[in-house]
Amino acid sequence: MGLRPRPKQRFEVTALDGLALAVAPGEVFGLLGPNGAGKSTTVGVLTTRVRPTAGRAWIGDHEVWTERVVVKRLIGVVPQTPNLDLALTAREILTFHGAYFGLPAAERERRAQELLERFQLTDRADHLVLGFSGGMLQRLSIARALMHAPKVLFLDEPSAGLDPQTRLLLWDLIRRDNERGTTILLTTHNMEEADALCSRVAIVDHGKLIALGTPEELKRSIPGGYVVRLHLSGPPPAPLVASLRQLPGVTEVRASGDGALDLYADRGGSLIPEIARLSNEAAAEIRDVKISEPSLENLFLHHTGRSLRD
Amino acid sequence: MNFKTFLAMLRRDAHVARRNFVTLLLQTLFQPMLLVFVFGRVMTASGLIRADYKGMLLPGIIALAMLLSGVWSVAMPLVSEFQFTKEIEDRLLSPMEIEWVAVEKVVAGMLQAVAAGLVVLPTAWLVMGSGVGLSFSQPLDLMALVLLVSCMAAAIGLTLGTSVGQTQIGLMFSLVIAPMIFFGCAYYPWSSLARFPVLQKVVLVNPMVYATEGFRSALVPRFPHLPKPAIYGGLLLFDVLFVAFGLRQFRRKAVG
Repeated sequence: MGLRPRPKQRFEVTALDGLALAVAPGEVFGLLGPNGAGKSTTVGVLTTRVRPTAGRAWIGDHEVWTERVVVKRLIGVVPQTPNLDLALTAREILTFHGAYFGLPAAERERRAQELLERFQLTDRADHLVLGFSGGMLQRLSIARALMHAPKVLFLDEPSAGLDPQTRLLLWDLIRRDNERGTTILLTTHNMEEADALCSRVAIVDHGKLIALGTPEELKRSIPGGYVVRLHLSGPPPAPLVASLRQLPGVTEVRASGDGALDLYADRGGSLIPEIARLSNEAAAEIRDVKISEPSLENLFLHHTGRSLRD
Repeated sequence: MNFKTFLAMLRRDAHVARRNFVTLLLQTLFQPMLLVFVFGRVMTASGLIRADYKGMLLPGIIALAMLLSGVWSVAMPLVSEFQFTKEIEDRLLSPMEIEWVAVEKVVAGMLQAVAAGLVVLPTAWLVMGSGVGLSFSQPLDLMALVLLVSCMAAAIGLTLGTSVGQTQIGLMFSLVIAPMIFFGCAYYPWSSLARFPVLQKVVLVNPMVYATEGFRSALVPRFPHLPKPAIYGGLLLFDVLFVAFGLRQFRRKAVG
């Protein structure tokens, strides 16, 4: 699966700007970025649902836009918001999906039963899905995408809006499916999710690739690893910035507007007394301190100057 | 075109229609039956309207029922599936060109329109009582008309369903469907508009006119009706027009 650079322009908005990626078979690949980064557009282009205005995309040897029908057989798509057929029961959703993909009747019944069991949906299998909880809808969406045994599974924000327990169950299901050989591309703005599931992660913002690597590599690439974010009541005085930079363990200090000051360091909490002392000396008032441990979140902050949830 | 996929989608629609059978039946039958009962029975029996109005009205009612159920059965699900539930995605991702998803919707809508006609015709006949005087001497014409009218209904449904926003459904009914029905020559033959020469020309842009006049020509040829070439010409033209435009709208809606 791969993407060639392809600026996508429509209504003067470029959703993807020269993004080029290659995902290897068997990978769990994460596309990480804030809302509006171009993640869903990327999935749309790769799943025949968005026509690229320029550039090309492949699934295996097949170019997505020109070989749409072939590509649709190879992919399974789990959308950001469930789009299940509300007129059908959970089991019928699976069997009709199988029928659309030409599975014979006995085969689709068997696979539907197997997936209902694997996704813990058997007790509601013959109910209409209208009253299903968010977690059940999401599980059923994934089960449906797997009905025709796709080679590549696309998950767009799979655990958005799910409670932590359901999220863990979902991660487990995704991992197990990957072990069965399905290549998975997921988008998320949740660092924890990318960290927990992905063998490689691409960080995207404004349709551009910002960083690419395993979660460990990416985390190692952040100077220091820890980020101590200080909020001062005014613009940070230059002498303070200079003296903070001298602190042992601090690798980088960056002012990021509105009185915010980011310290990249190899330690966190133990820096606080010294920071407080230096701020006092510089007559700068600290309003808030936030320490974050090495994470992809910090990486994003490091590369874009913005938090993921901004 | 993938025949297996296409058939599976038709089976899905049939399955859902079977599940909602009673609702669908009421939805199709109730309104035409009210019309038939009031105009065809009450007002003719009371002498307010001449008895032979029954035969004039019945073809109009059949056209009305077929059009409404065809338009409704395609347009309403499309509006919600594209804009609200996004259910259509599953079918757009099935291994078939997306245009065939639209064609399947049209075929399913045609089947519903035909079913509506088959249900309404005998029921209306019964409700009106004696003196309707239907003729079935032109079965081929009738079959061709059923095909063309149902296709037109479903194609109008496709066009509306892919062009109208969810908030505009009420508006669609009062601004598009209502005038179409009232100026569709269902309750009066087209020739009776002779006293309104401008209106008589203007209503020719209403596709429903060709459906009602068509059924009149096939079922009660003793009443005045448009000449057959005009009827078939009009129906064919609107069939092609709405299928083409509906497909274009569908493609625009379906691909980002």
